[in-house]
Amino acid sequence: MSTAIQNLVNQPYKHGFVTDIESEAVPKGLSEDVIRLISAKKNEPEWLLEFRLSAYRHWLTMEEPTWANVSYPKIDFQDIIYFSQPKPKKQLASMDEVDPELRRTFEKLGVPLHEQKLMTGVAVDVIFDSVSVTTTYKAKLAEIGIIFCSFSEAVHQYPELVKQYLGSVVPSGDNFYAALNSAVFTDGSFCFIPKGTKCPMDLSTYFRINTEGSGQFERTLIVAEEGASVSYLEGCTAPQFDTNQLHAAVVELVALDNADIKYSTVQNWYAGDENGKGGIFNFVTKRGLCKGVNSKISWTQVETGSAITWKYPSCVLLGDNSIGEFYSVALTNHMQQADTGTKMIHIGKNTRSRIISKGISAGRSSNSYRGEVKIGSRATGARNYSQCDSMLIGDRCEASTFPTIDVQNTSAQVEHEASTSKIGEDQMFFFAQRGIGSEEAVSMIINGFCKDVFVHLPMEFAVEATKLLGLKLEGSVG
Amino acid sequence: MIKAGSKTLLEVKNLRAAVQVDGAGSVEILKGVDLTIRAGEVHAIMGINGSGKSTFSKVLAGHPDYTVTGGTAMFEGKDLFTLAPEERARAGLFLAFQYPVEITGVSNSALLRLAYNTLQNERGLEELDPLEFDDLLQEKIKVVEMDPRFLGRSVNEGFSGGEKKRNEILQMAVLEPKLAILDETDSGLDIDALRIVANGVNQLLTPDNAVVMVTHYQRLLNYIVPDYVHVMSAGRIVKTGGKELALELEERGYDWLKAA
Repeated sequence: MSTAIQNLVNQPYKHGFVTDIESEAVPKGLSEDVIRLISAKKNEPEWLLEFRLSAYRHWLTMEEPTWANVSYPKIDFQDIIYFSQPKPKKQLASMDEVDPELRRTFEKLGVPLHEQKLMTGVAVDVIFDSVSVTTTYKAKLAEIGIIFCSFSEAVHQYPELVKQYLGSVVPSGDNFYAALNSAVFTDGSFCFIPKGTKCPMDLSTYFRINTEGSGQFERTLIVAEEGASVSYLEGCTAPQFDTNQLHAAVVELVALDNADIKYSTVQNWYAGDENGKGGIFNFVTKRGLCKGVNSKISWTQVETGSAITWKYPSCVLLGDNSIGEFYSVALTNHMQQADTGTKMIHIGKNTRSRIISKGISAGRSSNSYRGEVKIGSRATGARNYSQCDSMLIGDRCEASTFPTIDVQNTSAQVEHEASTSKIGEDQMFFFAQRGIGSEEAVSMIINGFCKDVFVHLPMEFAVEATKLLGLKLEGSVG
Repeated sequence: MIKAGSKTLLEVKNLRAAVQVDGAGSVEILKGVDLTIRAGEVHAIMGINGSGKSTFSKVLAGHPDYTVTGGTAMFEGKDLFTLAPEERARAGLFLAFQYPVEITGVSNSALLRLAYNTLQNERGLEELDPLEFDDLLQEKIKVVEMDPRFLGRSVNEGFSGGEKKRNEILQMAVLEPKLAILDETDSGLDIDALRIVANGVNQLLTPDNAVVMVTHYQRLLNYIVPDYVHVMSAGRIVKTGGKELALELEERGYDWLKAA
């Protein structure tokens, strides 16, 4: 593979700056005392402390999973700061009061925060090192009964709702990282769409990890009641550090009868340098429960960052006629490793699911699709269609597919298609011969390859994702 | 047509080129090619498999597999070998591929518009927006009698052999190159597709541009009549004649020229 492809990949990380804001950190390490301290700092009710402690006790009995197709040095969980927040100055009444340093950071990131967001109609819940700094648009949404706020705020203002749904999709002992998150999660977003309400705008959250050596343990809970619908956008970026940072988030979605949740992610955490030094370890549990009849949950993700990605946004299709969708683009470059995919668990009758996964590997990276389609014995008439395509750039990268299909009902229809292709010299030469330079050619090929996924992203995210892929591959083809 | 005093487009002198072959190292394919092409001319390069015809096309276009080991190629006075492949294309050199590639998810019209607008920029002209460009395309597809539905489809994906070749000529029609090299554009075409492709090329010929056809067969030359026919053998042009040479080759084969 020519140097142009190589050069495209070797683009330095654009978002690597550290914001100098005083952070108030809890001492390193994890113990019941640390958990009590976190809970106390957040002034939490007793039931939540109990939730944390029981998760922690469960976690102590668990083993770190090793089945993923990734390798990394053993994580020392006692060497992590589990809580850090910018020192609170006072309650913020408006964006103008937000630390100018912080606002500059967002400007550098290109997060169109306040007026710009007002213009585009997106409410942003900004998470900055574990504490929600501000929530815009809240009042406006509140008028129609939609709750969109930080998780901590929800715990205080809507304890019954949080108590009802927290852990109802991802139980605290679900897996090693989910248990860890349940024990130490710091903040996140809470979103509740009441019966019959269509959320009039996309809800958007920007996550960002800032303190060096601090883990980020986000907790997101979205509930759509009967007939409600919402589109939620999550964008992630992190500054670059030499050390690895752990990110173990949990996202739970609940859709009741006829409800519809669309969750879109563009993930661009720092991926480490071209030799694999530094970068985020992203071990995330995302799961949606289609609890009611005719409900629908759709995951769309564009994963371009992190040193290691371990992530399987899944759908449990409990309600009859419910629908689960997973559209994914995962791009790895340099030494990045991604093991990502989905689980579609069909329990109700006539449930349908659709999986479109596009993996792009460049440099010396490793990119795996891991998926499970399970059709339970009651799931009469269930259908699944899966398509997993891999594209290789250069000849030192790796692409793998690990699909599992488990069918316990003879009326089910399950289809799986897979393909592997390579950006070849012939394609690049063809574009060159038509006068098109290598960067534009790669961008066109990649975007063509990802088209089936990008059409499911909200417009502004699709534009960002297109740019991001081009940026991440700059210098990798030639 | 040959006209006195027409401008020289391409002048190739003593061109040598090699390719890396697994287990055999660098193997020289072109061993001193001389060729001059003027505006308004139609050339045919014929020869058996392995004689270097396709290599010659690819070397001129700048395919990365080949290394120029000697000689020169001047394109309108510019040294072709100092230009990157995309710069050669923007200068007006076009290669219609023997095996057109498929590009999943990239529509024909999107590719054509990007290529066209890249050229417009190069020439300091305005880019066309999708609507304006569509008007232009609707005219251009008539040249190759193509169904407009092909414009929205992914480049060459699921196209028949003949449709792919027509698509190459469509690209030529949109980009209006000064010199077009058609690398075995006739291979794999049935007689109707051959007629359509040849018709398309004939419509695009002007006194200011030129076409080089690389082919095995006389058949194509019945439709696109060459001013010159060159025979390539073992990496060199060993004989040049008029269109009657092609007929002679059809009758006698290539053997009698091998020794030359």
